[in-house]
Amino acid sequence: MSGGVDSSVVAAMLRAQGHSLIGLTLQLWNQRRLAGKEGMPEAVQGRCCSLDDVYDARRVARQVGIPYYVVNQEARFEQEVVRPFVQEYLSGRTPIPCSLCNNHLKFDELLVVARQIGAEKVATGHYARVDYDEARSRWLLRRPADRSKDQTYFLFGLTQPQLSRTLFPLGGLTKTEVRELARQHALVIAEKPDSQEICFVPGGDYKRFMDAYLAEQGEAFPDTSGELVTTGGDVIGEHTGIHNFTVGQRKGLGVATGSPLYVIQISGADHKVVVGAEEDLQSRKLTARRINLISIAQLNEPMRVAIKIRHRHEPALATIEQVAPDEIRAIFDAPQRAITPGQSAVFYDGDVVVGGGWIE
Amino acid sequence: MRRIYLDNNASTPVLPEVLAAMQPYFADSFGNASSIHQNGQEARFAVENARESVAILLGCGVSEIVFTSGGTEADNLAIAGTISPGDHVITTAIEHHAVLHACRHVASLGCEVTEIPAGGDGLVDPDDIRRALRSNTRLISAMFANNETGVLQAVAEIGKIAREAGVAFHTDAVQVAGNVPVDISYINCDLLSISGHKMHAPQGVGALYVRKGTRLRAMMHGGAHERSRRAGTENVPGIVGLGKAAELARMGLTRGDDLAMRALRDRLEQGILDGVEDCRVNGAAETRTPNTSNIQFDAIEGESFVISLDLKGIAVSSGAACSSGATEPSHVLLAMGLTPAQARSSIRFSLGKQNTGDDVDRTLATVIETVARLRQMSPNYSTVAVRS
Repeated sequence: MSGGVDSSVVAAMLRAQGHSLIGLTLQLWNQRRLAGKEGMPEAVQGRCCSLDDVYDARRVARQVGIPYYVVNQEARFEQEVVRPFVQEYLSGRTPIPCSLCNNHLKFDELLVVARQIGAEKVATGHYARVDYDEARSRWLLRRPADRSKDQTYFLFGLTQPQLSRTLFPLGGLTKTEVRELARQHALVIAEKPDSQEICFVPGGDYKRFMDAYLAEQGEAFPDTSGELVTTGGDVIGEHTGIHNFTVGQRKGLGVATGSPLYVIQISGADHKVVVGAEEDLQSRKLTARRINLISIAQLNEPMRVAIKIRHRHEPALATIEQVAPDEIRAIFDAPQRAITPGQSAVFYDGDVVVGGGWIE
Repeated sequence: MRRIYLDNNASTPVLPEVLAAMQPYFADSFGNASSIHQNGQEARFAVENARESVAILLGCGVSEIVFTSGGTEADNLAIAGTISPGDHVITTAIEHHAVLHACRHVASLGCEVTEIPAGGDGLVDPDDIRRALRSNTRLISAMFANNETGVLQAVAEIGKIAREAGVAFHTDAVQVAGNVPVDISYINCDLLSISGHKMHAPQGVGALYVRKGTRLRAMMHGGAHERSRRAGTENVPGIVGLGKAAELARMGLTRGDDLAMRALRDRLEQGILDGVEDCRVNGAAETRTPNTSNIQFDAIEGESFVISLDLKGIAVSSGAACSSGATEPSHVLLAMGLTPAQARSSIRFSLGKQNTGDDVDRTLATVIETVARLRQMSPNYSTVAVRS
């Protein structure tokens, strides 16, 4: 329970259905920890894990009439999500902390705690569907009714045991219906705005966050400055650090040329940032590692799927093939713009999530 | 089923006699104790009666008791009220945050603070305090008994060191008052804090003993209440409650209530040690308050343990609650050298006057069953199961 509308409605719905419930909030990050440091904002209201949100979750649990506890997972969140997030940017990649959090906290530690305190399943307010397919003898993760809220992209890492103990009660509802349910149950948070950005990075300013976090840790900000080069290998300038760039970026390159330039590639090894024309961003191939398969146990032969390469991406048709024990290669039917290392590639067969991996 | 409350070091229920004593002071004898009329005089009389009961419990003079809003205010007053920038304060790493954070606050205002670590037994060595003395040391603040482990500290010895060095000595006796006989003349302290709700009086009232002749600057400014040591209209019902609780505690200690409490605690503790493998008492080697038992259970996550017991109707605690309500590992156990994992696997059971042998037996059975269940799926075990 985050104190937001979605998880609150889940609690109210399941309670109305007569389930025996325990409300849990994961305390993941102390929002006051870096407040005001290195130019970080002072105010932390209305952010996940803020005291206001815990207060809201507690009020909803009281209103719904269920026991409620806050579970401290700050240490694990920092180790499994925050540090990798910083490291990924420093190695020229563009990370997705939400997927790491789902894999390592929400559907791992939370499931452990749930079992320990006697709960059979964990229900969350994610927009996704989970059900058991007798024919395949597998738990399937499927896209939700409300495609605009689809969160399956962040859930591709869920294993069969994790899915078997997970409920997504909002999978068949639209956000509008969920808000309406919140009002019908007269939940105190019914009109609370949705949260959007990465929960521990105020205002989405990840550079400032990295500054503040590394300073707090007593770690020098690594020097990742280097050359700006063209796709042809010509050096056209310098940059102050590879963490300032993401593939497909156009603004803030610090060079003026006649035609618009885009970041095509970032090299963590020699700190080179390759820039080029928009068409250079187009690519038909990607390699994914750290694979998790859901609807199938193994990818034995090439398979036709649709692939999402970032959260706001319409799945594009492709063929995937296992090329090494933990490596899948995908060839798209049509070139895709800005395939970005650090993001994940999630494979869909219609509504069903086949699996996914992290883009190299 | 009736809930069993074994978290009395966090707060205790108000005893029926205490509640009855307080009752008239809300709506009937509601006067301001500073007023000259008879309504005020009634309140004043009640406050002074309570002061006498507290003074008798602690073995001090009536004028040496300053009522406060609780233990935290008493601790803050003792520290901020006796030292100035440039002064040196010695405290211990196992203090309650009311002392530790008050010391860190004065450190930020220009005082020097030394935190003396504790040994693995939970005891602070008085010689460490002696060695930390400097020419500008003005105050030693060392607790009487620790709230997490119950370990009784060598306060008489520390008091002697302070007296010899001419340094003021404050002790936080919040976990001791009412639980163990306290004799201020024996421990040589200049300042001593107590809290109402740790001894079956209500929350929101406490007291600071201030030895006659000790210079104390007020923190709250206003009227001349409490001999100008603590401004603010007296919390008359709360003070009356504290007075009644002190009176009951003194009578109880005369009867040997502390010994009965110890027997009950030992029955719980021994029952757990006998019935559960791989567990041990933190601070076992030392003399402890008779109501506290802090037990470390190998391969158990304290947070899940506390929630599991709570869902079965038993209230205990593990570590400290941070502002969100999540649990943080106890700084006391960490200061005793436990690893964060060991600290998180430690549970504090603390008894109160309301607990019975039946409470202990039911708790024992539930603890044994819960530990077995949790160990069956300890994090390592279930991580393997989930990821296989």
